[in-house]
Formats: sequence, structure tokens, C-alpha cells
Amino acid sequence: MFKYAVRRILQSIPILLIVLTLVFVVVRVLPGDPAVAALGDYASREAVEALREKLGLNDPIWLQYIKFLGNLLKGDLGKSAITGYSVAQQVIHVLPYTLTLTFCAIVFGYIFGVPLGISAAVHRNSFIDYFNRIFSLLGLSVPAFYLGILLMLIFAIIFPIFPVVGGGDFWDLKDNLRHLVLPGFSLGLLMMAYVTRMTRSSILVVLREDYVRTARAKGVIERIILYKHVLRNSLIPIVTLGGLYAVVLIGSSVMVEIVFSRPGLGKLMVGAIKQRDYTTLQSVMVIYAVMVVFINLATDLIYSLIDPRIRYDD
Amino acid sequence: MSEIQEQLGLNAGMAVEISQRNRMWRAFRRNKTATIGGVMAVFIVLVAIFAPLLSPYDPLEQDSVVRLTGSSAAHWLGTDDFGRDVYSRILWGSRVSLIIGFFSVLMGMIVGTGMGMVAGYYGGKIETMIMRTVDVLMCFPDLILAIAVTAVLGSNLVNLIITLAIVMTPRFARLSQGQLLKMKETEYVVAAQAIGAKVPRIIIRHIFPNIFGELLVAGTLWVGVAIRLEANLAFIGLGVQPPTPTWGNMIREGVDVLINAPGISIFAGLSILITILAFNTFGDGIRDMIDPRLRGE
Repeated sequence: MFKYAVRRILQSIPILLIVLTLVFVVVRVLPGDPAVAALGDYASREAVEALREKLGLNDPIWLQYIKFLGNLLKGDLGKSAITGYSVAQQVIHVLPYTLTLTFCAIVFGYIFGVPLGISAAVHRNSFIDYFNRIFSLLGLSVPAFYLGILLMLIFAIIFPIFPVVGGGDFWDLKDNLRHLVLPGFSLGLLMMAYVTRMTRSSILVVLREDYVRTARAKGVIERIILYKHVLRNSLIPIVTLGGLYAVVLIGSSVMVEIVFSRPGLGKLMVGAIKQRDYTTLQSVMVIYAVMVVFINLATDLIYSLIDPRIRYDD
Repeated sequence: MSEIQEQLGLNAGMAVEISQRNRMWRAFRRNKTATIGGVMAVFIVLVAIFAPLLSPYDPLEQDSVVRLTGSSAAHWLGTDDFGRDVYSRILWGSRVSLIIGFFSVLMGMIVGTGMGMVAGYYGGKIETMIMRTVDVLMCFPDLILAIAVTAVLGSNLVNLIITLAIVMTPRFARLSQGQLLKMKETEYVVAAQAIGAKVPRIIIRHIFPNIFGELLVAGTLWVGVAIRLEANLAFIGLGVQPPTPTWGNMIREGVDVLINAPGISIFAGLSILITILAFNTFGDGIRDMIDPRLRGE
């Protein structure tokens, strides 16, 4: 296990390096001069040139690249040329909001999705199965931001129970939760749809296995078959696909943050693009990519933990 | 059976092919949700094609006298902040969504499948190079990648198609590479290699037809993904620019007047939801039809 984990971690490093290079290149080929973006179209040529020098934009591209990697290693994300704030500080401020939102959605999805998926698979072609199928199809089809708008309309405008916009004070638990309910629900319902669907299909596949038939034939109680034989074996895809969906959810969180004007990485990124704030954009993209690489790594490691065959195969 | 075949002038191979096609068609018709999805998808495509004939108003025509009216006989779904007819704009909006959805997936399918097949067939360094590129692109959530590429390319119809094709390419590459690895070991591919068939012929004649079903299912489902991504980009303000009616643009404009005229966002969003739903159910249906393991269910 340890050897596999080390090898898997080492495999992630070159991928991460290429990702960082790609982000560096993308931000460098963005149209427009970052110095002009910071100073405005009417800035004097001298002022623009001075800022370019200060931002290191006049350095040869390879030197900029090395500086970029070196700074990242030190945890220095640079300063926004537009706002003048440290990007790292901005990220530290908003990251907890994004992580809480995504985490709550994942937990919500699993808590409600797994039981619903199980009951749908066990009571196949029953009312609950049809409900589950329609629900998960709707969940897979509805854009998160549209769901957010509908929830906002109902629970914040027509019945003003929850706040319409903002993220509240993160460290004030009550305020934080109040602001989290609607965004969390919009994202959580999507996760629930994914989880329900994959739990159902995963259990249906295992229910057809020979060992389930054998267990039934020797008279094991149905409940024990379900929990001991079926659930344990259908857990593997539920966990691995969960990782995949967590990545999808991180993407959708951008939209939910924008609809609810909630602080977060997504809002920071879109704001950076609109203001042509390249330093911030670059950093946020790096953080997103690091998060995905980390989730993929964690998923693989958990996978190898719960499915011993993986370890021996390697 | 042989008599019938003789009468019809069919050979055995054709009969097998036809009966298989019949079975698949029957499986599709039996699957009610898939049929509904298919009919809905065809209907939406027809609406997009005939939008100019179906819309009662010019989608760009402003009329300050009827700003933000609710549903009425004159304006079925009301009017927006500029007095434009919401119903007409929704009909026209379907064009942008479908064009971007179809063509981005088609482009992604062609490029991605090509990459995946070459990687899977040749293996070695070529595979490593192609699949690592795919891994790198997949390190970004779809929307983040789409936002970044749109920022570089700019947002007009063609660039959005290219942007979403870039998002779709790694998906198709990974899918086709996986499928090809399975096919590569089959007897008919080994036999084709043994009689000296050239690589392009093996890939095109023997492998591609066998993985096409999977690609078609994924493609249908991913049209829905592409339509959703386009709506997301439009909502952020990175889609096809106003005044062109797109569903995402309409939702964004509708949010500003959500209290006075919630219908604009609701109906535009509903159009996106129904369209994606149609492609999802249709895609699921084709999967059931193609996959013999699911057909018996």
C-alpha cells in the first residue's frame, strides 16, 4: 500500500508541473496588456512601461516562468496589479467559503443519495424507483445556477426566509449557515442526483452476482445479504465516482457563487477575468488544478484501500 | 426462414443484420423515457430550424411601451426590460444553444477520438504523450477550462464552439482509447493484422464501427453538457454577446428584474432544462438499445 501511495504521489508531480506550465502559457497569451489593464486605457506610456518593469513583464519569458514556479514553491501568489492586494490573502479569505460549500454539497449528496439509491435498486420498478429515476434525470439536467435562481426566488424573495446574496460572516456559525442553506442546497441536490443514480446502478450490478445468488440459496436473510454482501461490494464505484463528481461540483460551485454573490474562488476567478487581473486569474487556476489533482490522488488511494486487488495488481 | 429469405432475396448476413436492427429499434421503442427523450430532442431541433417562422415577433425588436409585461395574448411569455418578446427570444435562443452544443461535440468527437485511437493503437511514447495531455486538460473542471479558453479566444459563436470542443476533446480521447484497448485484443483485429491490413484500415474498418455506439451515446449525453456549459458562460457574461438572444443571456438579464418579471429567467432556464433532459433521456435510451446486457431488462 505504502509503495503504491508513494508511486501514485510521484506520478502526480509531472502532471502538476505541466498543468502549471499550461496555466502560465494561457495567462501569457490572454489578449491585452496587464499593465494597461491595471492603469486604464488613458495611462501614459511611461507609467505603463514602469508598471511592466515592476511586474516583471519585460523579463524574458523563461525568466518569468522560473520566477513563477519559484514563487509558487514559496507559497507566494504575487500581488494583484488591479487591487494591489496580495493574491494569497484574497485566496485565503475566499477559499473556506468554496470548500465549505462543496463539502456540504458532497455530504448532503451522500447522506440522502445513498439510501435513496439503495431503496430504488432493492424495490426495482416500484414507485420509489420511478421517483428516483425522474429525480436523478432532472438533477443531471438542471444547471446549478438555474436551480439557485429558482431557490432564491422562492425562499429569499417570495418567502424571505433566507438571505438573498452574500456569504455572511464565515466565523459566525449561525450567519454562515443561514447564508449556506440555499447555495448548499442548489449544489447538494445535484450531488444527490449523481449519488442516487450511481448507487442504484452499482447495487443492481452486484445484485446479479453469483455470490448473492449463493447467499440467497443458502437462506441468508435478505437484510444481511444487502448490508454484508451487496453494499460492501458496490461501495467501490460509489467512492471512485464520488471523486469524479466532486470535481464536477467544484466547477458548478463557480456558478452558484456567482448567482448568490457568495465569496469564493469562482467569483474571484470571474472577477479577475472581467478586470483583466492576470495575477489573480493565474493563481486561482493553479489552485483549482491542484484541488483536482489532489482529489484524483485521494480517490485512487481510497480506491486502493477499499479494493485490495489494486495493490496486488501493481 | 430460409424460404422467406430466398423469396426476399436476402442472404443470411443481411437477415442477421436486419433482425439485429429490428431488435434494437424494438428495444428503443419499448423504452418509454427514451422515446419521449428522442421525440423531445427532434422537436427542439425542429423549433430551432423553424424559429423564424414560429416566432411572432423579431427577437431584437424593442418596444418601450410594453416593458416587463407579464403573459398576455399578445406576448405569451411576457416581455423583457427592453420590451422584447420573451417567447420569440426563447425560440431564437434555441439556435445558439443547439449549434454550439452539436458542433462543439462533433469537433471534440472527431479530434478526441482520433487522438484516443492513435494513442491506444500505437501505445508507447505516442500514447504517453497524448494521454498525458488529456490528463492535464482534465485537471481543470470543465467550466474552469471553458472560462479560461474563452478568455483567451474571445466570445463569439465560432470561438465558443472551439472552446467547448477543447473541453470535449479529452473526454472523447479517454473514452475511445479505453474502448480501443479492449478491441485491440479481439480476434478479428489480430486476424486483420495477420493478413497484413494497414493500420488506418484496421482502425477505420474494424475498430471504429465497433466503438461507434459508445461514442454516439457519450456524444448525445455530452451535447447536454455542452449546452449547459454554454449557458453557464453566457450567464457569466462570456457567451455570445447581447443583443443576440441566447438562453444564458436571457437568464442573466432576467435576474436583474427577478422581482418584477420572474418569468424571463424561469422560462429561459426551463428551455435549457428541457433540452438537456431530452438529450440525456435520448442518450440513455440509445445506450439501452445498443448494450445487449441492458436490452433484456
